[in-house]
Amino acid sequence: MKLHEYISKRIFADYGIPIPEGKVAKSPHEAKQIAEEIGGQSIVKSQVLVGGRGKAGGIRLAETPAEAQKFAQEILGMEIKGLPVRKVLVDRAVQIQDELYLGVTNDRAARKPVMMASAEGGVNIEEVAERSPEKIIQCHIDPVMGIQNYQARDLAAGIDLSRELWRSFGKITHGLWEAYVENDATLAEINPLVVTADQKLLAVDGKMVIDDNALFRHPDLEELRDLDLEADSEIEARKHGLSYIKLDGDIGCMVNGAGLAMTTMDIIKLFGGEPANFLDIGGGASAEKVTAALNIILTDQNVKAVLFNIFGGITRCDLVAQGILDALQEVDTDVPMIVRLVGTNAREGRELLKKAEMKTADTLAEAAKMAVAAAKG
Amino acid sequence: MSILVDKDTRLLVQGITGHEGLFHTEKMVSYGTNVVSGVTPGKGGEWVLNGKIPVFDSVKIARKATGANTSVIFVPARFAEDAILEAADAGIETIVCITEGVPVQDMMRVRYYLDQRNVRLVGPNCPGVLTPGEAKVGIIPGHIAEAGHIGVVSRSGTLTYEVLYALMNQNIGVSTCVGIGGDPINGTNFIDTLRMFEEDPQTNKIVLIGEIGGTDEEEAAKYISTHITKPVAAFVAGRTAPPGKRMGHAGAIVQGGTGLAEDKIKALKNAHVRVAQHPEEIPSRLTI
Repeated sequence: MKLHEYISKRIFADYGIPIPEGKVAKSPHEAKQIAEEIGGQSIVKSQVLVGGRGKAGGIRLAETPAEAQKFAQEILGMEIKGLPVRKVLVDRAVQIQDELYLGVTNDRAARKPVMMASAEGGVNIEEVAERSPEKIIQCHIDPVMGIQNYQARDLAAGIDLSRELWRSFGKITHGLWEAYVENDATLAEINPLVVTADQKLLAVDGKMVIDDNALFRHPDLEELRDLDLEADSEIEARKHGLSYIKLDGDIGCMVNGAGLAMTTMDIIKLFGGEPANFLDIGGGASAEKVTAALNIILTDQNVKAVLFNIFGGITRCDLVAQGILDALQEVDTDVPMIVRLVGTNAREGRELLKKAEMKTADTLAEAAKMAVAAAKG
Repeated sequence: MSILVDKDTRLLVQGITGHEGLFHTEKMVSYGTNVVSGVTPGKGGEWVLNGKIPVFDSVKIARKATGANTSVIFVPARFAEDAILEAADAGIETIVCITEGVPVQDMMRVRYYLDQRNVRLVGPNCPGVLTPGEAKVGIIPGHIAEAGHIGVVSRSGTLTYEVLYALMNQNIGVSTCVGIGGDPINGTNFIDTLRMFEEDPQTNKIVLIGEIGGTDEEEAAKYISTHITKPVAAFVAGRTAPPGKRMGHAGAIVQGGTGLAEDKIKALKNAHVRVAQHPEEIPSRLTI
């Protein structure tokens, strides 16, 4: 789960990382008041969970509170990469001498956290990594011992940070490490970490991504989830314990298991179709769950056919078939359905479906071909 | 012969009195797995499955009393780290963690601990290990595989069943099927399993089932080209997955240009692995 800049920076501040004075506003009037409190120049920054805000005109430097109000007015009505701007952060403007990068994330290959620093901050770090990887200094951190002082010094020296700033940089690396660990983050980054004209380090922008699997430990963060980031159908699916992702095609898929769900999408494409979604209904396939899933799939107006692909391992296929038939009593639709059931009691399941005049398939390849043909009409 | 679990497995079930734990213990016992005991803290002294299997308060006590050498974990995600460490500390040699949704930082600490000891962890977020005809440890349906000479290793659950089923329909038997799980940080990876299959005399050929996310398949491809003499067939799921979205499994995400299915397929083909376009093609890739 991604956190907004203003939330990430507030968390960083709790761990002793210096951030610019500022507050979040929901209206132009509030933005003006905050700019007045700050005094002098301010930065008005859109709070949306995508990169490239500056290029899209979502970050503006205001000379006066009146200008901050005007910019907030413009920005609050904007959409950036399809996401509506509902809040702006008004920060005190600072005189920037240098822009650095500092971040910590999980290195899945090394199975350890890695702290990264670069003298090239303020730009997309993945681009730096691609273009000139030597400009990113990396340091793996022992997950039990935590970051050590020498590691912070190695990073500071690696990016040629002036020695006067090492102590302050060390405090920031420790703060960032603790923020990452205590909030179960998969990413905590300051980009840019600026060196101000008066030789101080300041976290001007911040980003955190929290491990979805650890949200049970952070109910306060779960409440901050930005629902704009997900389609309404994805939010609805989560409520029913379904894993759903909307795609651009026209063949809806309902599958048990994530790997098999991806495979079903792939095979549709292989036979010339386009999947409309990823959907994992998980273990079991009760009428209730199938109904919820079918309703979600069919809210997508592009869907011209639905492919059910259920592997009955523990779940019996005849029960799944009954679940599908019961669900179809509840859902009013004339979209063609193709069902493939394999595994335990598959024959009995298919018999039930055939009696109800449903289209069934034996193999995955056959099912995909039938779905592609049905979608083409 | 086979790998990880066999006739000599003496299995302990952690979380045996829970809904999932009890359900699957019954299935494992009826398959013929030698389940010797279970653990649920606070329920020591009880018996489950009509008095067949004793329940203990801790793994240490259960191991001492029943000589368990392998454990399978069904506890909720928030207790999984503790359960794995408890099993390792009690001297269990092979730990299979079925639990889904374990926080990644918990797994980093677990890995750190296990790496200093001689303990094998499979999972978490996995369907377990099945050696047909000998032992079923986890939730892989027993009736979809017969004993034979194909080693199967996979990051997925039902997709693995799909492949097992396709093999069985062509009368191709399996030595051992290992579900290594769909999490970004796990106990056993492709390379660990490939090494075991290479050394296992019962295994003649290997099937590898990968998916998007991380670079494990690429690492496996390198290892195959230098260390594996047995033929390998593979399937990689997620060619149509959009970048930046987590596809169900915590580890199945394409990030910053890495983790793409196409790259994995290319790497495997370069290592002379026979890559199938869909899972039903796997049996034919093994017989060429």
